[in-house]
Amino acid sequence: MSEPIRIQADETFVLNVGPQHPATHGVLRVKMEMDGEYIVTAETVIGYIHRMHEKMAELKTYPQYYMNLSRMDYLGALGYCHGHVLLVEKASGIEVPERAEYIRAITVELNRIASHLFWFGAFVMDLGGFSPLMYALQDREYILDILERITGSRLTYSYYRFGGLYNDVDEQFVESTRKFIPRMRKSLKKYHRLVTGNIIFRKRLEGNALLSRETCRKYGATSAVARGSGINYDVRKNEPYSVYPEFDFDIPVYSEGDSMARYKVRMEEMEQSLRIIEQGLDKLPEGPIMPKKPPKIIKPPVGDYYQAVETARGNFGIRLISDGTKNPYRLKLRSPTYSNMHLFDESCRGLLIMDALALMGSLDLVIPEIDR
Amino acid sequence: MKLTLLNAIIAVSIAIGFAALNAAYLVWAERRGAGRIQRRPGPNINGPLGLLQPPMDGIKLMAKQLIIPGGADKALFVAAPVLAMAPAIMSFVTIPFSDTIIAHDLNIGVLVLFAFASLGSISLLFAGWSSRNKYAVMSAMRAVSQAIAYEIPMLITVITVVLIVGSMSLTDIVLAQKGGIWNWYVFPFRSGLFNPLMMMSFLIFFICALAETNRAPFDLGEAESELVAGFHTEYGSMGFGLFFMGEYANIVIGACLTTILFLGGWDCPFGLYPGVWWFIIKIYLIIATIIWIRWTFPRTTIYGLLNLSWKILIPLSLFNLLLTAGLLKVF
Repeated sequence: MSEPIRIQADETFVLNVGPQHPATHGVLRVKMEMDGEYIVTAETVIGYIHRMHEKMAELKTYPQYYMNLSRMDYLGALGYCHGHVLLVEKASGIEVPERAEYIRAITVELNRIASHLFWFGAFVMDLGGFSPLMYALQDREYILDILERITGSRLTYSYYRFGGLYNDVDEQFVESTRKFIPRMRKSLKKYHRLVTGNIIFRKRLEGNALLSRETCRKYGATSAVARGSGINYDVRKNEPYSVYPEFDFDIPVYSEGDSMARYKVRMEEMEQSLRIIEQGLDKLPEGPIMPKKPPKIIKPPVGDYYQAVETARGNFGIRLISDGTKNPYRLKLRSPTYSNMHLFDESCRGLLIMDALALMGSLDLVIPEIDR
Repeated sequence: MKLTLLNAIIAVSIAIGFAALNAAYLVWAERRGAGRIQRRPGPNINGPLGLLQPPMDGIKLMAKQLIIPGGADKALFVAAPVLAMAPAIMSFVTIPFSDTIIAHDLNIGVLVLFAFASLGSISLLFAGWSSRNKYAVMSAMRAVSQAIAYEIPMLITVITVVLIVGSMSLTDIVLAQKGGIWNWYVFPFRSGLFNPLMMMSFLIFFICALAETNRAPFDLGEAESELVAGFHTEYGSMGFGLFFMGEYANIVIGACLTTILFLGGWDCPFGLYPGVWWFIIKIYLIIATIIWIRWTFPRTTIYGLLNLSWKILIPLSLFNLLLTAGLLKVF
């Protein structure tokens, strides 16, 4: 909207959005100073479900701590597990069989689609449309069923092991995943017909809640937030890990910087993930899923290690400082939504509360992952 | 019908019964419809097809304690839900379901209906203001600005119809459209009056009816992803229940009005068996459309909503009024 924004500092009131509010999708609190429907300043207050994941890392051994990673982001847990196992394998020099690495990539991408589907539903719900959530959840259910059969769990997977996997995939997994790909492509077309072209939806998002490249760089934003503002950055391409260099896929980038750009990036990422899964299934090599002699006790040598992965929410980095014992000396988790969320304070100034909450929805926040 | 006290009581109680039954069972219909659209069953446990769900909900709501928040304006807080429900029910008194089924045929039926309808937004203002809750106040402001913006094009459209008929009685308006689908005011090829804009007029009226009843995509008053529950954030128990039923009663009124003004009331589309059943079929078709729209579209913004009314709907409906007046003069 192009209405002039008039702010009189002496006529404002404070609106407490959260910690229990439908738009925050979790226990996030935003203290908004409002001038009527316009936001003057906003202050995000975090820490309501801080669970000391980083401190826990120092008290637990590596395999014990591994469970915590899937509790951080309950929608895209496999990406976080992937980061941790890659880091520990790199630190202690464990060789991973190729088949295991391929299966990891396939399952991470499946999980990314599931996470994006949930985001899609929740985002449209933030804008007042309910039905797409139900459609998205039905497709997500298909993925969860595939992953449940293989990993034994629906949300907190903990499927990988240091050196490989807990469980090999079978014919049925391959078959059902192959069936899922055309089904998902069909669903995506349906979503575009139902939501993307809708005039109300487009009017609410196009040109609204602009994020500039500079803002994204300043706050270290990654994922669709940065790619929607014209920053071509994806860890899978920029710092390739695992078997991602083997795959042929594109990184969708839009330079508009509005909520619609972020929406489009995520929708196209789902298509790219489908491509990766398709190629992964074609190339899936035979062989073991664990190394011949998996290490009994994991004691990485003294040193400083870092591993970044592209999760559904963006660049997730883990830094490990090892003192050679079986506990890490320090483990720093760089969670992507923590950086993405802090854009909100600066970017929502002068916006209507409706547009600001649309911006918040487009950041794809998962609160336990912010608070850790 | 002679107006005696007994007659009046019977008529009003039938109207109240119809309104209350509709309000309760439209909630059920909406939930079933939403379920169908979203590929889930909807309420299906209580009774066959979940038909006992509305009375169960009613009992639950009545059994709950009515909490009045500290600092709230007690008198207004209690009055608001009653004010939301009562005018909606009273409106049914003037609605002609067929040429014989009408509680009381007023010769200014249109005027009375809109007088009652405009009380609805006052109840929202009372509720929002007296709750002493910031979300509720914001919602009340939105609801009032929305009501003002949409009452104008709605009334102008109604005046167009009244101008054609030459009467404010709802029965007369229906009788003027008698004789099949081509005589209804929604179509431009009506005998004696070739107004090409009547279809648009119907759409304007329908959009305004959606906005007046606070339905999606214009449900800014209770935009739950922003304002939690809007003006009824602080209401529990039957206070909430009355708002809820009032909303559905208003939807029925809106559907009835659309039917009477544009779709020929109880008139049959092809001249067979005119009667109350055609009226019922038409209003439920409109209600089904309203439910369908709600579960398909996202919500508009407050400025998009106001712009639509002030910049598009009001000029268009004014133009149509002028055109109709001119055509009436010429023919």
